[in-house]
Amino acid sequence: MSLLALSDITIRYSRLTAVRNVSFSMDEGEILFITGPNGAGKSSLLRAIAGVTPVAGGRIDLAGHEITGQAPENIARLGFSMVPEGRDVFGSLTTEENLLVGTGMHARERGWRSRAADELEAVYATFPMLKERRHGQAGLLSGGQQQMLVIGRALMTNPRLVAIDEPSLGLAPNINDQVYERLIALRAQRQLTLLIVEQSSARAMMVGGRMILMRGGQIVLDGDARTLGNGEAIQAAYFGYEDN
Amino acid sequence: MLQILFDALSLGSLYALGALGIALIFGVMRLVNFAHGDVIAFCVFALLWPSTDAMAIVFAGQLPWYLLLPFVLLCGAGLSVLCEIVVFRRFRQANPATMMIASFALGFVIRYFLLMLFSSRPKSISLLPELSQPVEILGARLPLLQLITIVATMVILIGLTLFLRQTRFGLEMRAAAENFSMARMLGVRANRVIMGAFALSGALAAAIALIFGAQTGTLDIQMGASIMLMAFIATVIGGLGSLGGAVLAGFLLGAASVIMQVMLPIDARPFRDAFVYGAVILVLLFRPQGLIAARGTKERI
Repeated sequence: MSLLALSDITIRYSRLTAVRNVSFSMDEGEILFITGPNGAGKSSLLRAIAGVTPVAGGRIDLAGHEITGQAPENIARLGFSMVPEGRDVFGSLTTEENLLVGTGMHARERGWRSRAADELEAVYATFPMLKERRHGQAGLLSGGQQQMLVIGRALMTNPRLVAIDEPSLGLAPNINDQVYERLIALRAQRQLTLLIVEQSSARAMMVGGRMILMRGGQIVLDGDARTLGNGEAIQAAYFGYEDN
Repeated sequence: MLQILFDALSLGSLYALGALGIALIFGVMRLVNFAHGDVIAFCVFALLWPSTDAMAIVFAGQLPWYLLLPFVLLCGAGLSVLCEIVVFRRFRQANPATMMIASFALGFVIRYFLLMLFSSRPKSISLLPELSQPVEILGARLPLLQLITIVATMVILIGLTLFLRQTRFGLEMRAAAENFSMARMLGVRANRVIMGAFALSGALAAAIALIFGAQTGTLDIQMGASIMLMAFIATVIGGLGSLGGAVLAGFLLGAASVIMQVMLPIDARPFRDAFVYGAVILVLLFRPQGLIAARGTKERI
């Protein structure tokens, strides 16, 4: 059974239809890129899965539970962890406090404190820079550091599926490479299932995995990122859009 | 001189506690809670047995302080949480203006409920009379109550800071105040955080009720309103949603009121508040975002 399944999802913002009848599913351990130009409905889709944007129609299932219309905090408890667009660091909190916010959801389980401490050490091992700045105000970190912080924060809840919205946004190319390097290493290490939204399909082609291309609120292509990337279809889909 | 300082601090304490109660709720749900003053009035009248007679029938007010304190604090927290569950929960998705109007309406409901039970006549009560004895400090004679007000406020402020900084619930509240939907995506329960904020805010209202009731000795269903006006202004000049700013501005307003009371020429003193508000306008002209601008202007929930 698939870990995440969307069927016939429609999202509307008053009269504007952002996503129209979109269906796809993801298996455990998969890496899936959703790409497409601005306004294609990629972010709306992620926010709908997270439960922060209501859907106008359709059904979403996560790990065997229907989550359509559920509260974000309950969806998070089923193992979905989100890194939103623009990162949404809690700027007035320290780096370490940012990491710890999400660990409270396991507070009913036995031994959650020691597990949270282990998790914290694991995140610090992956991102040593975060450990150096652990007591510093998170709002003062650089863009790249904040991106690493929010990825670490998403991992702290020990999720089954991590969704990341435009990790490249506002980052210098070499910093962006570093972010992806860590992501790919983390994925191998923890058998993470990753759902990544990017405007550009270039990154998907480089990393590999599956790619869905959206335009105008619909899926126009779905397949292996590397084979899709070489075809002409993708060029047509991107017509008029400048790749970054 | 010392007398002025203590007057300023004790008046500022009331404003600061009031402003804090408003800022706490504003922080987590962008609600400007105009019913806060009526929660204060409710807590004061919780000391009495309901009757419309001119004579106050003291009920809880007779309790020894170690029972009185938790009783009144629980009244405040309980009423505040009840308001959240019955009224504000239904307005979570509504825009801030709608919520504000709802809070106005709720305030009137509480006030008229009190009016029905107690009539509009002010009642006198001597609450903890042993506190009105003067003490002598560094040559100044101060009522013990003033000292206790200042000390109690400091204890509350320190306690609240520790609570917000050191506990898991405090961490979740701070995260939610800055970015509610992100906090929820990390599993922070919206209802728990909001109810916690209301409970704290209600307990602060109760603390004000006790202090104010003991200071003035008269209970009036309008009494919340006078403090709340200043407290609202303090939250705004403090930077809406910023807790530190609310406290700072509360003390500044207290100081400004007391200093003007002393410094203004006799003829101008009746217009003291006009001068205080004038100063407020000046502050806002130069710092429209408030003294300490709050973080997190992201949308709520």
